Amino acid sequence: MVHTSLDVVDEKISAMGKALVDQRELYLGLLYPTEDYKVYGYVTNSKVKFVMVVDSSNPALRDNEIRSMFRKLHNSYTDVMCNPFYNPGDRIQSRAFDSMVTSMMIQVC
Amino acid sequence: MVDAVLFEFLHTEMVAELWAHEADPDPGPGEQKMNLLVLESMGFRVGQALGERLPRETLALREELDVLKFLCKDLWVAVFQKQMDSLRTNHQALLCPQGTYVLQDSSFPLLVRMASGLQYVEEAPKFLAFTCGLLRGTLSTLGIKSLVTASVAALPACRFQVVVQRS
Repeated sequence: MVHTSLDVVDEKISAMGKALVDQRELYLGLLYPTEDYKVYGYVTNSKVKFVMVVDSSNPALRDNEIRSMFRKLHNSYTDVMCNPFYNPGDRIQSRAFDSMVTSMMIQVC
Repeated sequence: MVDAVLFEFLHTEMVAELWAHEADPDPGPGEQKMNLLVLESMGFRVGQALGERLPRETLALREELDVLKFLCKDLWVAVFQKQMDSLRTNHQALLCPQGTYVLQDSSFPLLVRMASGLQYVEEAPKFLAFTCGLLRGTLSTLGIKSLVTASVAALPACRFQVVVQRS
């Protein structure tokens, strides 16, 4: 499911062109008939894609909440990149990053 | 922000330290290249991190030229508190599938303290290796594989040549 959403993200990036010079893309895609999940995507300037899968049973999260979550994700990812012990491309093993993500998920549920 | 001079001092010490190990009994030209490579790879890692952190609030950089302009303006201002003086392109689309950009700085902060003119021109490459790596690292985070070289005709002006490698 996440892989198909990545394909949609790529589609959107190539379709955006010069019309929208907006870094972020926020979209509601892939509402499966059996499992109702909502998938949000966010792309950074360094072509890193964040995909968030949300259970749509709880009352829909507001747009700006999703945006702020992505912003926090981006900031934590930047911090991970700046860690001299981290080699770009490896799996992220930072405890700070994990705790930020967990706290964000707990906040939502 | 922190005072720029701190980075200048640190950089000077880095170059001096790596050069001190050069006083081995057999310092051929191969040794020199090794040390420059170390400096360049340090700059590369720093550039990768900066490439993630700096464009955070800027809008999407769509074209390659946008990325180069970002380097000349935002990156240079963030690291050296001034903008790059000129950016020229030199595309030869027919001959080779690569794009070449020449970035010129007429008063490079890391060289400006040394001399003004032809003195120390042979020493200058050591002080440019880190910055070459910095450019290459930032470009690589922003999705552009490249090769960066620097040349000095007369201090403190220098030029960086970026050759983009398109596969």
